[in-house]
Amino acid sequence: MSEQLTIGFLPLVDACLPILAQEHGFAEEEGLELSFLRDVSWATVLDRLLYGHSDAAHLLAPLAIATTLGRGRPAQPLSAPFVLGLNGNAVTLRTGLAMRVAPEAALGDPAELGKALALEARARKAEGSLLRFGVVHRYSSHNYMLRYWLAACGVRPDEDVEIVTIAPPFVADALASGEIDGACVGEPYSSVAVDRGVGRIVLATAQIWRRGVEKVLALRESVLEEKRHQTEALIRAMRKAGRHFVDPENWEENARILARADYLDGDPAQILRAISDRLVLERGGAPVTYSDFMFQHNEAANFPWVSQAQWLYSQLLRWDRIAFDPHEAEAAARVFRPDVYRAALRGTGDDLPGANAKVEGGVTGPLAVGMEQGAITLKGDTFFDGSSFDPDDIRQYLARLP
Amino acid sequence: MRIAIVDESAARASIIEEGLVELHDCEIFVLTDRRALLAEMARIEPDIVLIDLGNPSRDVLEEYFAVSRALARPIAMFVDESDDDAIAASIDAGVSAYVVDGLAANRIRPLIDVCVRRFNAFSRLQDELAEARGKLAERDTVDRAKRILMDSRGISEPEAYRELRSKAMQASKRIVEIAEAVVTAHELMGGK
Repeated sequence: MSEQLTIGFLPLVDACLPILAQEHGFAEEEGLELSFLRDVSWATVLDRLLYGHSDAAHLLAPLAIATTLGRGRPAQPLSAPFVLGLNGNAVTLRTGLAMRVAPEAALGDPAELGKALALEARARKAEGSLLRFGVVHRYSSHNYMLRYWLAACGVRPDEDVEIVTIAPPFVADALASGEIDGACVGEPYSSVAVDRGVGRIVLATAQIWRRGVEKVLALRESVLEEKRHQTEALIRAMRKAGRHFVDPENWEENARILARADYLDGDPAQILRAISDRLVLERGGAPVTYSDFMFQHNEAANFPWVSQAQWLYSQLLRWDRIAFDPHEAEAAARVFRPDVYRAALRGTGDDLPGANAKVEGGVTGPLAVGMEQGAITLKGDTFFDGSSFDPDDIRQYLARLP
Repeated sequence: MRIAIVDESAARASIIEEGLVELHDCEIFVLTDRRALLAEMARIEPDIVLIDLGNPSRDVLEEYFAVSRALARPIAMFVDESDDDAIAASIDAGVSAYVVDGLAANRIRPLIDVCVRRFNAFSRLQDELAEARGKLAERDTVDRAKRILMDSRGISEPEAYRELRSKAMQASKRIVEIAEAVVTAHELMGGK
């Protein structure tokens, strides 16, 4: 008899691992039967998780931390024992603006592009208005990555431009109507905007932070304890789904599955672009390969490094303009649960790093890391501005940032 | 009290509105257009916002409320921790509530209760409607099957119905299932 788990998600390509775990029978191999609840707002996904409509959810990593800390609503402790993927988002600008800041359709140098965008922002401000960007949520990596990049390029995100919230499925409409000048959004929604001819992809978030943490699998802390056994089975099933997902042999089949009406309800050709790291940057353009655009499996990509949670906490402090608090810092760090991930995979032969935290952005070239089991070589996890984040030193890190 | 109801389903919004007008000194505003939402919020300055759980504008609205915390009338999600069952009931019914800071819980609860009842009533109505539609379609299928039997075997309508019914009884099936089989077989044989 299979154990049932219900998983909430938003129709985005990075909801792929639990969906494919069910579709390819990996969940069944682990004694699980998964069902899915699709919504269009993160607020709804979160409500359903907090009030038990779902057992686990595809969730923005910063939102899991903000919910635990009680930002915007009473605190409710969440746990993230599995990172659903790294990066996979893109910055898309309205075509006219894109032509001015990046005449060639390419994923160019982030610093150069940022400099050109800073000039545009200044010119717009001098005219009495502001360039406006859409992100999917205040507590999203999209918001943090966009702000990190803008700030490092001399654009103050809260003064020199305007950043507003917009649901992913409406990004293309908002670009078309001029409601926003650009957006940072997950796939396939940049590709949708490109194919409608309303915007051009100018940057992948992987260019801002080569290994930026994106969605997590989140559960209420109490549910994780109650359903610990099932959660560990789900982790194993999703690791198997990840191995299947990164194999080029399976790309087209997986794009077709994800495109189905009950999942993303989208175009398989558009979904395939993110899966294969081959983006079409402007309407009718040739696909451009950008490796690791979306990073779902290798290098223990799903391992919930505590230092990733701590980096997200540092950005929450930075942009909510609140002071460092050691108790909050600890609560934020505890959201990521490498202990659960380890327990699930111990003895399977899968890769388990030796440490739970690392200096983020510190790996500039191939580096073999100490392992509990398996072997991985990190290819590099740098931030585009060359800075790195030491989780033991959050205050000094923030003091160094613009 | 100024109450804003945000719902892309105008029918459901009006059912909730109708429930709330019975309450005293409530001024009700119904917002169904996603594009004008934030401008309308700023104009209305509601004390309470009721929104359907799955509304695509919820993240946008929550961001607006987050920003509003710096303003004179901060609004937050209604989560009265002393009464988690009531909140669970509202989430189950499919409604979320946001209230202006400082509004007493005892003024909010009756509203939420009405809202939950109305949301539940609405989904029951929808179920009934779906069922009624299904019944209509079933009747149509049975009528087609009768017509086929009458034409092909030269029998009367009551006889055709008796045929269908006795076959259904023999096979322990519903009449509509037998009728569907007749219609399908007829189509396969090239009939119209």
